[in-house]
Amino acid sequence: MEAKQLTGSQAVLEAFIAEGVDTIFGYPGGAIMPIYDALYDYNDQLKHILVRHEQGGIHAGQGYARTSGRVGVVFATSGPGATNLVTGLADAMIDSTPLVCITGQVFAHLLGTDAFQETDIINITMPVTKWNYQITDATEIPHILAKAFYLAKSGRPGPVLIDISKNAQLQKFDYEGYTPCNHVRSYRPKPIIRKEYIDAAVALINAAKKPMIIFGQGVILGKAEKEFKKFVEKSGIPAAWTILGLSALPTDHPLNVGMLGMHGNYGPNVLTNECDVLIAVGMRFDDRVTGRLDKYAKQAKIIHLDIDPSEIDKNVKADVGVWGDCKETLPLLTLGLEQKDRTEWVNVFKDYAQKEYDQCIKEEIYPKTEEMTMGEVIRIVNEVSKGEAIMVTDVGQHQMVTCRYAQFNQTRSNVTSGGLGTMGFGLPAAIGAKFGALDRTVVAVIGDGGFQMTLQELGTIMQTGVDVKILILNNQFLGMVRQWQQLFHDKRYSFVDIQSPDYIMLAKSYGIDGAKVEHRDQLAAAVKTMLESKGSYLLEVMVGKENNVFPMVPQGCSVSEIRLK
Amino acid sequence: MSIEEKQEYTITVYTENQVGLLNRIAIIFSRRKINVESLNTSPSEVQGIHRFTIVVEETRDVVNKVVRQIEKQVEVLKAYYNTNDEIVWQELALYKVLSEEITEKVKVERLLREYGARAVAIRKDFIVFETTGHREETNRLMEALAPFGLVEFVRSARVAIIKESAGFHEKLKDFEKREPGEEVIENEYLGKREAVFTM
Repeated sequence: MEAKQLTGSQAVLEAFIAEGVDTIFGYPGGAIMPIYDALYDYNDQLKHILVRHEQGGIHAGQGYARTSGRVGVVFATSGPGATNLVTGLADAMIDSTPLVCITGQVFAHLLGTDAFQETDIINITMPVTKWNYQITDATEIPHILAKAFYLAKSGRPGPVLIDISKNAQLQKFDYEGYTPCNHVRSYRPKPIIRKEYIDAAVALINAAKKPMIIFGQGVILGKAEKEFKKFVEKSGIPAAWTILGLSALPTDHPLNVGMLGMHGNYGPNVLTNECDVLIAVGMRFDDRVTGRLDKYAKQAKIIHLDIDPSEIDKNVKADVGVWGDCKETLPLLTLGLEQKDRTEWVNVFKDYAQKEYDQCIKEEIYPKTEEMTMGEVIRIVNEVSKGEAIMVTDVGQHQMVTCRYAQFNQTRSNVTSGGLGTMGFGLPAAIGAKFGALDRTVVAVIGDGGFQMTLQELGTIMQTGVDVKILILNNQFLGMVRQWQQLFHDKRYSFVDIQSPDYIMLAKSYGIDGAKVEHRDQLAAAVKTMLESKGSYLLEVMVGKENNVFPMVPQGCSVSEIRLK
Repeated sequence: MSIEEKQEYTITVYTENQVGLLNRIAIIFSRRKINVESLNTSPSEVQGIHRFTIVVEETRDVVNKVVRQIEKQVEVLKAYYNTNDEIVWQELALYKVLSEEITEKVKVERLLREYGARAVAIRKDFIVFETTGHREETNRLMEALAPFGLVEFVRSARVAIIKESAGFHEKLKDFEKREPGEEVIENEYLGKREAVFTM
């Protein structure tokens, strides 16, 4: 058979189709024009979402990947287009989000000459990509793209950036079809499971009197929610989550004991320092989870399950490191477990939960104050959504409150910027989250600070008609920083007082309906209106200016020194 | 020796031959503010596979983490780290001195004998000597020549052979398989955790 002639640009799009890509988030520009020209003919097979800024494009790609479990695909041009991706790449790298980003590049003969819109994006993005590669010859495109998709989604997922010079996009070559990649000789997506460690872990768990599970996004990334639930249920061990692990186990599960870390729940934090065996599943002991490391779970034997060998012993030394994909290792552990009655130990968590509810949660979600609290807004969202909505958050107080109080029945329902803490993530990520899960309701909970970082993406909502419910919790402050200034800097409120535009008018100018709530008596109805509206809606809720997030593990303190007030 | 004490480690990395990989490896050190004492890239015993030899002065714990980060890079096949007693290593040094200085004031012959040096270029105006050895050895000739106007001095990076290594030929075969053997993703701590970690 005679090989067909394709341009490099066409080969890129053929690769997407072969990989099952349906949505691309992007922004055109000079050096990526040949690809956009080819896209004109592929419009019926590939949906392109025109964003308003490349950062919005990549965050949308992340949101898409997180809710769909597929690879997010992003286009940007060279130079500023490419550098605008950097924050999203760093975010995706630290939160292990699979992305393939294609950037245009100047003609190969101009590389290194400071050509118009030339930037060395390969070197700039090296620390924030799982892999990156520059293509200057179109014949490389099919196998490099195959490798890119394979690397992005296999093992511990991550962002991949492919930089394609304009001449390669234009170049015609003999196209011999697309072969997906499933092996790169220098790359091992997952380590081999060693039976010795499975046995050692099982023995520790079976002998444990007060074991505790802490789980992260590894459960979701490994698509191991069922295996994890079986493991939890058979073992009867209480399980607490990191904010990226949230929704892997339904929030109302009797063994789900809540959130870990700086603004996590009281019980799981205190009892981390009382348990005898700590079983960490697909999480990486971030400092926001562990607090002070030299006072972290020193009394416990630690079992650490992770697909990435470099995570084991990185922050917390494991007594048993179970290397491997948790979809495979969890069933092996479950198999060896003895069923035990752990009611007494589970009740210890319940006691702490009750104490936390009485001293902290109750006044947050059913406040007696005149001012509205963020917690009560999220409680009302729960009441209307019944735990079925996808919650996308930005970064700050509203994020912690949403993660603490939102209810989730299904996995892949919590989308947030965890490791990098990227303000401005929420709105674009929510757009992507909706494209990744079109049959679900997506609520973007965003603070007044973060919203103003990427509000240009309202334009994307307008143009695509995507249905995103935007819930702005406006406390007229950069609230998290203000809280720290209040607690640790003698209330010296240095540049945290932030003004907002009229969000309702702003939304209206983009054709988006909205309402502003300033009094509690309107709140429930307004939340209901938002969630039941056809199409996008923006609800701004004026919450207490100095509403703090508690409990809190102050920085430099041990998790057991968590403060309820 | 405690794992917390800093000492010289030689890291050997087997990699694919790809543009930019040097930078990917270098930033793993620079990100942690670790100074690279010496770095050499060369072919290895296996055709098409490159071999990096990197020397750092760090604690075992840090080196262990860094090596895992290196191994995590897509184009890296395998990385090892060794203390000085586990390797055989050499460095090469070149010295340029003015001929008139050295022929008048010292006997070239004596230098060659005492320091095991070779003259690699002898010209009317200058002579270039070469020695190989450990750093202390190459330093000694530098010091000896200093009073006679050492015009140029340069020393290469360390190259090292791991005493216990059986080479990479067999390992590579394992890598090329889709279902690799245990060697490829070996758990270096299997059965010797206690010896490695002090909690």
